[in-house]
Parts: sequence; structure tokens; C-alpha cells
Amino acid sequence: MSELPIDRAVSEGRVPDRSPERVPELHEVDCPPELKEHIEALMGRYPDRHSASIPALWAVQRRYGWCTPEGIRRAAAVMRVTPAYLESVASFYDLLHTAPVGEHRIHVCTNISCWMRGGDELLDAFVAAAEGEDVFVTGFECLGACDIAPMASIDERYYGPLEEEDAAAAIEQLLAGSDVLPEKALEKRPLAGDATGASQRNRNGGAPDA
Amino acid sequence: MPETRLLLEHAEDPALRTLAGYRDRGGYATLERAYREMEPDEVLKELEDSGLRGRGGAGFAMGKKASFLPRGEMAKYLCCNADESEPGAFKDRELMQRNPHQLIEGIAIAALAAGAGHAFIFIRGEYDLQADILDAAVAEAYEAGYLGVDIVGSHCDLELVVHRGAGAYICGEETALLDALEGKRGNPRLKPPFPAVQGLYGGPTLINNVETLSNVPLIVANGAEWFRGYGTEQSPGTKVVSVSGCVRRPGNYEVELGVPTRELIYDLAGGPLDGREVKAFYPGGSSSPVLTAAEGLDLPYSFEAMAEAGSMLGSGSIIVADDTVSIPHMALRTARFYHHESCGKCTPCREGTNWTVKMLERVVRGEATPMDLDIVASVQENIIGHCLCVLGDSMAMPVGAMVRKFRQEFEDTIAAAAGRSPAGERIAAVQGAPETLGAAT
Repeated sequence: MSELPIDRAVSEGRVPDRSPERVPELHEVDCPPELKEHIEALMGRYPDRHSASIPALWAVQRRYGWCTPEGIRRAAAVMRVTPAYLESVASFYDLLHTAPVGEHRIHVCTNISCWMRGGDELLDAFVAAAEGEDVFVTGFECLGACDIAPMASIDERYYGPLEEEDAAAAIEQLLAGSDVLPEKALEKRPLAGDATGASQRNRNGGAPDA
Repeated sequence: MPETRLLLEHAEDPALRTLAGYRDRGGYATLERAYREMEPDEVLKELEDSGLRGRGGAGFAMGKKASFLPRGEMAKYLCCNADESEPGAFKDRELMQRNPHQLIEGIAIAALAAGAGHAFIFIRGEYDLQADILDAAVAEAYEAGYLGVDIVGSHCDLELVVHRGAGAYICGEETALLDALEGKRGNPRLKPPFPAVQGLYGGPTLINNVETLSNVPLIVANGAEWFRGYGTEQSPGTKVVSVSGCVRRPGNYEVELGVPTRELIYDLAGGPLDGREVKAFYPGGSSSPVLTAAEGLDLPYSFEAMAEAGSMLGSGSIIVADDTVSIPHMALRTARFYHHESCGKCTPCREGTNWTVKMLERVVRGEATPMDLDIVASVQENIIGHCLCVLGDSMAMPVGAMVRKFRQEFEDTIAAAAGRSPAGERIAAVQGAPETLGAAT
């Protein structure tokens, strides 16, 4: 009896048609010396080198814009782990990108507190403003800044509370290389209680000595 | 109502971020005294006597947790959980951004008490600014001899590493945090063994929240008695409370535990907008069962009062929903978050969060029947307590509470939306059928 032919499902993903890749040798991957030294220094910070996997993937992402397969192989060669191991880590975490993203990244929070204050509309405004530009916009789970809701993280810095018209302005400033929404940066925001001048007491029970 | 600022004292001063600014306010004096003059057990006793409860969500006594670590010479670890990712929580961000050295001093003193030689701050990857601030502060502390080898001449060593996560709520769960720190996907582990016995790299590990550890220098400096002078018998100390949602002045407010919840929401956070009323609120982040205004506003804000009311203080994050907020939509938002963040290891959580989202989507589209609400409720019951960690429970508790307490609103939402959906119309027609049949017989 002849063997029945088996149709392999056509998939966008990787087809396991070969053995898993072993740990690549350094000479096979052409790793830039600075990246190699950086990852080696990262491994030295931990009792076990595997702990450096997330920091190493951050380093790859900073260098190549996203966790490219070649970048992952280079980091794997330095760390002496398989590329599949690092890929399994990269694909678990939302901030590590396993596909190309734009030069700039905007995360708009759409979780409970931001949603109550217009986060969905803000996301729509950012998506519309980024149309055709090299800017990656995505809705994101809670970014931990409900006090400035609705807010967005633009190239890893927090801004809020934002109006819909801030979206276009932010993207324009981002592409022009100027300061993004300087008056809305979280970094410059006073403590909530200080902004209103509400009364306080310190450990001596009195008003704070300024 | 005034704020009581112990942790956030001088936080308005930008110089506090620097070593010089922190030392000007008396910083690191406690570390020097603890390392030079105190035995680890003395420090531990002070922490135990203070009754400080963990500020990360579970509210477990911090000193007791530290005392669970075995004694003796071995590799022990301390992890500071700075993976604050729960919707509604943003207090650790404030504490790290404004007073990073207070946290570092707290970590160093707690490490002394626990006998840990290696400490890590696991900070969520999104907090890039705060991680940069911590990196700079840690470098300064090493430079000044408050970290590293032979700290302030005491022959004690401590290495401290700031480790950035990469975007996964689950890593705030202590055992998932350990896996992530070991360089793996952040999946929770089976407990026991608890991390105090077998944690990071298999060694005994103390894991504490940022706010918990920030309290440590204050307690060791002023004594347990002083600390117990604040707050309530069972919830001593102050709490940085994150208030957000439908209030005029969302933000972090530090208050003594046990203050009236109403004053927190109305006085400090400014209450709801004109003409609106508080309808419900999450008292302790998105994983705490919601309380209606009638149930919750007049409770003292403490661990025990919230537990008694069937909810929890959690991380101390109040999200206020006013009367314009649709509870079914809020339940859907909540469920979507946990569905997205479920790591997929345990079936009840992976499937339960998935199906809860699908069912709630049917509710808001008007394609559900009231019977579906019973199914939603029963799914929640089947998640709670059936997984390795409490991520699934964290969805099941608030969603279950919303369906139970606002059932009429869910039914009204289904009825109102039914007319807008062809499937909903068909279901509404079938729903009408039993009555017709009843009339015929």
C-alpha cells in the first residue's frame, strides 16, 4: 500500500520542516562588537546568565528597531542559548516586537480609567493622525497613569491628560524632532495634592516645612 | 481632610531624587545606623512589631513574610516588585519617580533583615522614565558606599540590579516575576514551595512591593510604636491611594489607613463632576469586587473594612464610576484586560477570561439572554481558586460582583441593544415565546 500524500497546511508561520536550531556560533552570526560587549555585561549582572534574556532583547530591539530574527540569533550566540529560547521570551512580552514597527511608538491606554475619560476617542485620533507616517500606534492595556487619563506613552514617555487635537500636534512634533507636548509631560506634573494646595500634615503632625 | 504625608513628605522637591537632596532630608542615616549598630534580628523584630502589611495587594504582614526565610549562610534574594500594572494603580510610579532613594534605602535595610546578598527591582518596562531615575539613583548609592561591597564599613554586601520587564501584567504575580527575572516567559509557579523557601534561582527569596519597602526606613528610624500611631489597629501606617476615573482631581493621595472613603473621593479627589453622582467604585484596583456608592462610601478605608464588605483594599487604588458609566461596558473592559493578560497556563483562567469576554460582548450587543448572565456568573465561580495564581480570580471577582449587584442594568442593556442587532431581535422574539405559549394553554 502506497503512503497517502499529506498536504501540509499553508501557513504564514514557520513550518517545522527541519530540526530546531542549535546554539549558533559567534562566527556564524556577525554580531557587532558593541552589542556583544553590552550583552556580556548584562549577563555579568546576574547570578545566572539566562536572566539577561529580557535585557538582551531590549538591546536587540534598540539597535534594530524590533527583535529581528538575525538580531535574536546574534544575542543567542552571545548568551549561548538557542534562538528559539529567546524567541519564546520575545513573543511573550507586549513591548518586545517580533515584527517591524515604525520608528516611533505610541501606546494609547484604553483601560478602565482612560476609557471613562475618552481613551477610545483618543486612540482613534492618534490612528487618524498617524495615517501614512512611520509611526506605530496601538491601543494598550493599563499603562499605570490613570491620574492623567486619557493618556498615551509616546516613545516611552508619558503624556496626559490629552485632548483629541493633541494627537496631530504630538505626531507633528515627533516627526519634526522637537519636544513632544512639553506642557503635558508626566515628568513635569506636580503631585495631585500640591496642585490644589490642599492641606497636609507631615510626621510631626504639622504643616510641611517647605 | 488633610493628607498625611510620610512616604511622600518633601516629594514636591525635585532635589529629593538626587542623593544629595535625599541626604539633606536625613536620608540614609537609618541605613547607616542599621548596618553599623543593629543586628539583623533587631531590624526584623521592628518590622514585625510595626504590623506593616504588604502594599502590593495581598496585605500580608511584611515582617512575618521576612521571618519565613530560613536562617544561615546561603544565597538569599530580595525582589522589589515594581511591576505595577493593575488598572487603577499608579502609586509605585509616583514613589519611584519622586523618591527613588527612599526605596533603595528600604531595600538595603530589608535585605539586611532577611540576610539577602542580592536584590532586584523588577520594574515594568513601560515605566522607562522611572527606571532611568532608579538606574541613576542606584549608581549614586553604589558610589556613596550604600550598596556594593562592605556597606558603610559593616562588612555586609548587597548587589542591587534594576531589571526592566517588557510588558506583561502577569509578572506582578510573585512567582511569575521570578520566572521573568530568571529569563523565562512569565508563567506563575505552583505554590508551595513559597518563594520564602524556594524562590529566585531556587534560593529563599523575599518579595515586597515598592510602597512596602519604602516604609521600611521610616519604621526602623522611628520605631514600630511610632508607626502604629498611624492608621488602625489591623492596618497601621499610611497608604498612598491612587484615585482615578470619574473624579475632578485624580491622583495619588497619602492618607492614614482607616480614613472615611467618602472623604478620600470627595475631599481629596474632588468628587464627581457637577450634576453627577458616584454610582460604584473599585476600592482596590480593577481586581477588587466593585462596591456600590451605598455600600462603600461610608466605610473606613482599611484592609479589614474592605474585606468585611466583601471586597478588598488590594493595592489601594480607587476607580470611581459615576452615573454616566455603563456597568456592563465597564465589566467588559475589565474582562478584556484579564483576557489579554492571562498567560494561558491554567485552563480555567485562559478559557474563562476568553468566554467571559465573548459573553459580555453579546450582552452589550444585545445578543444575550438573561440566562447568559447566570452563565457569566457561574463561569466566574468556576475560575476562583482553580488556578496557580489569582489572575483569573482578579477578573472573576469584580465581574461576578458587577453581574450580581447590577443585574437589572445588564438586563436593561440587553433589552435596549437587542433592537439594534438582527440576532438580538430574533432572540428577543424567542424570549417572548414562552409567554405566548403560556397564554395558549
